[in-house]
Amino acid sequence: MSLLNVFDIAGSAMSAQSVRLNTVSSNLANAESVSSSVDETYRSRHPVFSVLKDQYQNNGFGMDNFGRGLSSGQGVEVKGIVESDAELPRRYQPSHPMADEEGFVTYPNVNVVEEMANMISASRSFQTNVEVMDNAKKMMQQLLTLGQ
Amino acid sequence: MPALSLNFGIYEAALNTSIKRSELLANNIANADTPGYKARDLDFSEVMRGYSNPNSSVRMTTSQSHHRSGLIESTGMEGLKYRSSSQASVDGNTVDADRENSEHAKNTLLYNASFQFLNGKIKGMLGAIKGE
Repeated sequence: MSLLNVFDIAGSAMSAQSVRLNTVSSNLANAESVSSSVDETYRSRHPVFSVLKDQYQNNGFGMDNFGRGLSSGQGVEVKGIVESDAELPRRYQPSHPMADEEGFVTYPNVNVVEEMANMISASRSFQTNVEVMDNAKKMMQQLLTLGQ
Repeated sequence: MPALSLNFGIYEAALNTSIKRSELLANNIANADTPGYKARDLDFSEVMRGYSNPNSSVRMTTSQSHHRSGLIESTGMEGLKYRSSSQASVDGNTVDADRENSEHAKNTLLYNASFQFLNGKIKGMLGAIKGE
């Protein structure tokens, strides 16, 4: 039954978006986690999304290996979480307890504005997928009344 | 005697096609933030044309007069296409969330319509059986 696939697809997207929200909140929470060395400083994290293909989709015809049905993909997956390579800002604060010998404090490379935009985008996408799933649920419930 | 399911006509196929389409649209919406993803959609009228075409691959072939004729499930290959993007994006993603949403709403309406017609056919048959 293909309508059940809609639940899997929308569900995969919802979990992917919640991973994204998790990284956003982790980044925002650690936006001011300073340290005295570049190696120990928190770097902003971002999830990498990728299309979750079903196992039969790889024959290039959009059909499964039995030539049956079109395969419409199976949603989205989080391939991994990457740390940003952006340069860590160093500020001259000699009186700071975390300052190094030269008086510099290393700050995380979290861009708070970018994270806020990310958060709004993630929660909107989550909302849209909830609506898709709700719609599929209604369609299935209606199908169960067929002939009644 | 023709198969009872022949009475369902094109509505059964239309219902199946809109279910498939809703799966595709859900996948587009799910991948709205995936870099490089290309949005796909099913050309509903093209799939339906496949069903009504007598030489179509979705029609069962008959070589004997007593063979049953009928429709088999469409693979949807005839109508599966990539959507042309209205706005370019840096990461190569062609999903327009608003468009997918409106297409999804439209598809649900089409589904409801096919459902009503199919339900009407079944109710009609039930009425005939009961002799009401």
